[in-house]
Amino acid sequence: MTAATSKVLEPGRSTTLPSARRFLLWTGIVALLAWVLVPIYFVALGAFGGRLGVFRWPKSIWPTDLAIEPMMQFLTIEGVFNALINSLIAAGLTVLFSIALGAPAGYALARYTFRGQNAYRLLVLLTRAFPLAILALPLTVSFIRLGLYDTPFGVSLIHTVLALPFAALVTQSLFMGIPREYEEAAWVFGCTRFQAFMRVVLPLALPGLAATAIFAFVISWNEVFAASILTVRERTLTAYLLRILSESPLHYRFAGGFILIIPSVLFIFAVRRYLFAVWGIASK
Amino acid sequence: MPARTSWIPYALIAPSVIFLGALFLVPLVQTVWLSVSAGDGLSLENYQRMAGDLNFSLAVSNTFLLTLVVVPIQVVLALAMATMVTKLDKGRDLVLWVLTIPLGISDLAAGLAWLALLQNTGYLNSALYALGLIPGPTGWLSQETPWSLFFAIAMAEVWRATAIVLVILIAGLQLIPKEFSEAAEIFGARPWTRFRRITLPLLKPSLQSALILRTVLAFEVFAVVYALGGRNFPVLAGEAYVWQNDNQNYGVAAAYAVLIMAISLAATAVYLRVLRTRPEQLP
Repeated sequence: MTAATSKVLEPGRSTTLPSARRFLLWTGIVALLAWVLVPIYFVALGAFGGRLGVFRWPKSIWPTDLAIEPMMQFLTIEGVFNALINSLIAAGLTVLFSIALGAPAGYALARYTFRGQNAYRLLVLLTRAFPLAILALPLTVSFIRLGLYDTPFGVSLIHTVLALPFAALVTQSLFMGIPREYEEAAWVFGCTRFQAFMRVVLPLALPGLAATAIFAFVISWNEVFAASILTVRERTLTAYLLRILSESPLHYRFAGGFILIIPSVLFIFAVRRYLFAVWGIASK
Repeated sequence: MPARTSWIPYALIAPSVIFLGALFLVPLVQTVWLSVSAGDGLSLENYQRMAGDLNFSLAVSNTFLLTLVVVPIQVVLALAMATMVTKLDKGRDLVLWVLTIPLGISDLAAGLAWLALLQNTGYLNSALYALGLIPGPTGWLSQETPWSLFFAIAMAEVWRATAIVLVILIAGLQLIPKEFSEAAEIFGARPWTRFRRITLPLLKPSLQSALILRTVLAFEVFAVVYALGGRNFPVLAGEAYVWQNDNQNYGVAAAYAVLIMAISLAATAVYLRVLRTRPEQLP
């Protein structure tokens, strides 16, 4: 997987377009880039423009009198910081659970043929045809009974349901890309299966596992519905923002939106080499 | 060495099976059960209350309308993006990164980003004002302007979720051998013919999974709608949320959940049938 993913669509194949068409192509590309970036730019202006910026009329599209204070003010509102921490805890636990549960399954699918293999794959694929976040609805009652209601831990459980199928399928192909012979050689030299895995397979799989972890993090960080259903006081950031949506001033909403967007942008940058390989696999 | 069947693979998949059993299959059954139980026995009371609710028919038609408009646009736009990107020889990685940024953006954040553009004193109105098209701040996202509200939500959805279709399609395009298209070119096939007769049929499996994924998620649409229009634009998942959280009526919320699930499963079944690929059609 590592070799195949390092180059997405290898460049330089017979692309000598006539200059008029090249111009057209680049115009289209620039339009698409603007389409993606402009709303992010404007929400950033809103986040750092404060109360005055929101009501200024007519607006200038240039970043005049931005300040860090409006963002700081937002972060010191009661509940915001707590929500941020809860979001981080829930996302961190989701990463932990989806890798801890998904990677062994991926390894089993990659290295063994066993009865029930197809049934397992079906179970994993079945989750995709369901609106999973909706399944948080009946969990309210059982979570209250178990003491998991209104905890980041409880939220991370339902987020793991979202991330786990993905982690299992991606790690499967990750392990399939690591030749079995490496492991067998380690066995010959006296390693146990577990040692061989830890010393030979794991180091090779690490970058792919990191990408899987980042995807799990983003899935949890972004999820709104289940997080809002399962929390009241210990809200995650998305749940908090959704709750205050109708009563908070616009510049606070934009500040919240901006904070939600930032990690995603960085993470997509970090995993950009894996993006296409991962989705190629996960969408089979 | 083909590993013999032993206890090891079962031990490896067991934790995830137990987990999915407890947090996917059990809630699934619970949801259905909750939706058909009222008081002591089984009844369709929850469904009757759901169907009798003022917002119900609006939520159904809004959700369907949004899905029917947004999903096809996303597929066409993603195909156009993918075709353009493959033609680039410089800066392809950078362009791809920017185009896939929305993939990591929450639907709530996407709604808020478009709110910054479209609110009364926002950037769209400022631009229209500068062009002399409107006299002053104008509202686009209220109950009085249902069509512009719908249009805004659809745009935000297209903005946010086209990236996932793009990524799946590009992953699929990479699997198509270049030789096919080159051979067709030698025989004089025009670009459009090559696209229609070679690329599109071979892309069918990717299109299928992109469509399933997007459609299931489109019927779940919720936070974008709330960020832009509050409750002015009822959708199914939003109604489920309101019945659960505000009305504390878990039965009716479960009925909505079952309805969303039924629609999602039906859509998946249709895609699996209509876009199925026979093994001999694969390269």
